[in-house]
Amino acid sequence: MYWNAFAIALQEIARNRTRAFLTVLGIFIAVAAIVTMVTLGEGATLAVKAQIASLGSNLLTLRPGAGFGNRASSAGVPSFTEEDAATLGEQVSGIALVAPVGTVSLGTIHQHNARVSTVVGTTPDYFGINRWKLAEGRFLNAADQRDGGAVCVIGETVRRELFGDADPVGSRIRIGRASCEVVGLLAAKGQAGMGDQDDTLILPLSALQRRLVGRTSRHDINQISISARDGTDSLALIAEITRILRVRRHLRPDQDNDFNLFDTRQIAETLGATTQLMTLLLGAVAGVSLVVGGIGIMNIMLVSVAERTREIGIRLAIGATAREVLLQFLVEAVTLSCIGGLIGIFLTLGLCVGLARVIQVPFHFNAGINLLAFLFSAGVGVAFGFAPARRAARLNPIDALRHE
Amino acid sequence: MKASPTPAATAPLIEVHGLAKEYGSGGSVFRALRGVDLVVGRGEFVAIMGPSGSGKSTLMNLLGCLDTPTAGTYRYEGIAVEGLDNDQRSMLRRHALGFVFQGFNLLGRTSSLDNVALPLIYRGFSRGERRSRAAAALESVGLADKLASLPGELSGGQQQRVAIARAIVTEPVTLFADEPTGNLDSASTAGIMELIVHLNRNRGITVLMVTHDEQVAASAGRRVTIRDGLIESDHRRP
Ligand SMILES: Nc1ncnc2c1ncn2[C@@H]1O[C@H](COP(=O)(O)OP(=O)(O)OP(=O)(O)O)[C@@H](O)[C@H]1O
Ligand SMILES: [Mg+2]
Repeated sequence: MYWNAFAIALQEIARNRTRAFLTVLGIFIAVAAIVTMVTLGEGATLAVKAQIASLGSNLLTLRPGAGFGNRASSAGVPSFTEEDAATLGEQVSGIALVAPVGTVSLGTIHQHNARVSTVVGTTPDYFGINRWKLAEGRFLNAADQRDGGAVCVIGETVRRELFGDADPVGSRIRIGRASCEVVGLLAAKGQAGMGDQDDTLILPLSALQRRLVGRTSRHDINQISISARDGTDSLALIAEITRILRVRRHLRPDQDNDFNLFDTRQIAETLGATTQLMTLLLGAVAGVSLVVGGIGIMNIMLVSVAERTREIGIRLAIGATAREVLLQFLVEAVTLSCIGGLIGIFLTLGLCVGLARVIQVPFHFNAGINLLAFLFSAGVGVAFGFAPARRAARLNPIDALRHE
Repeated sequence: MKASPTPAATAPLIEVHGLAKEYGSGGSVFRALRGVDLVVGRGEFVAIMGPSGSGKSTLMNLLGCLDTPTAGTYRYEGIAVEGLDNDQRSMLRRHALGFVFQGFNLLGRTSSLDNVALPLIYRGFSRGERRSRAAAALESVGLADKLASLPGELSGGQQQRVAIARAIVTEPVTLFADEPTGNLDSASTAGIMELIVHLNRNRGITVLMVTHDEQVAASAGRRVTIRDGLIESDHRRP
């Protein structure tokens, strides 16, 4: 009897290719909508999270001037000194690493390639604070800093623009009026929503001061980078840093701060909340897709009810039992739903791998959502393929035959 | 329930008493059959006649176990049909009854061969056996060259022949035919009638046939006339 039902079901599917195709298509579309949405959405969420992680969650940046970024008004405000950085490192217990940073825009040349780069002069702790990793060569060290050696470490973007395919480590490049040996290449970080982090060229602060800029003042540090110790209360840390800097910069109590503190933890928290919202939104969209897909499947199934009711009447009249007819319909519905669901999942995952590459988010396979989409669509397909059959099979054969 | 026909020696094939059928419910009940008594013996050929709306189809559907009566008793080969559940009545149809409808009731988009083979699936025949028996049945109704045709590609008379082939492919004990020639021209009618008479005489199939056609009824050994849900007359040919 079971084998029979299977044979009849397959025969029915073959007999009604259009109906079978539409059923499979309905289920395919429902599954595809959900899987695409969730797979790409989760990929994007992961990308944002990875970028947050690459920023470092306990990084503080001090800059002179009242606002931050474009709104900074540093005109007439003195920069920091190396001593400011050193004092903070000594006096604030919550600080793990601190690095004074001087920056200057200079032309850089290697053979035929030239470009203007932002040149960073700093101390070796800078690499740790910003979580740089090496692709090749070495970081700058204390000896470089002490000697003011003409050595530098470059980021991926600088390497690409100045060296093309050539190996940079060991080569010399011209920076402004000095010649400088490249000793290290930084591993790429990628875009982090804050400009190209890989467009960087780093040399010892002492080298920057002695070889590249004519030093006119001790106030030549336009940024101090700080990493906090794990578990430090960031508000307390900011308060303490602010207090010490106000004293060192001789601000009266009635004067506003003439420097600002940028805390990546705040950014991370904001972005984290955004990501959470995005995940919620995706869940809602996926839910709507499920319902829409379900209604589509339902429609296709219900359109053929009249024809199928008559078919059931004929089968009953020639001696089929209700159970045999139902089994046939169940096998049919399950077969079509599974075909639609499986094609949906595999085609869509293939599509997602490609799309993820195009829109540059990582491909993330979520077994749970695939299973859910499959079970739901197949469930709707089976339920709506089966329910009308169940009603018809309960009728007297003559009533099923008379069905309009 | 007995699966194959092994009749009690004396029991008639069909025996109904006080058979009634009401349609609708509540205030608007229509009594299509109002107490029919009828006994049909094995091998008989009964023509059922009567004006339109008199209850002929209703009676055929009840006798063919396609519908359930409101009142009365029905014994088929001594079995009390009103005591059977749906599955048991399916089994009775499967093994003993064949039905030809006025409106053919063939499966669309399905070849003649597959339509005729359909009842054999439920009787558990192998695919090869189904095909050879269905082909033989189609040949016996003169459609050997239309095995692969779909219903839409056949004339009305040819479709009715396919329906008859489907009804007889299981070698039923009783064939119910509700106006099998009602939609056909006289040439097709003659062919179908010849076929049904042949089934009755040479294969021993008991036939109950509804018809409006005097000439068609003349082929039958017995003529039952129905009026307003009651048997009006019942004549055997001398
Ligand atoms: N499903 C139904 N619901 C309500 N009334 C019905 C139903 N089927 C039949 N009837 C009524 O029962 C009566 C008998 O119907 P039936 O089909 O048995 O007539 P008939 O003798 O076969 O007529 P015809 O020669 O036109 O086929 C008719 O008046 C019809 O209107
Ligand atoms: Mg009728």
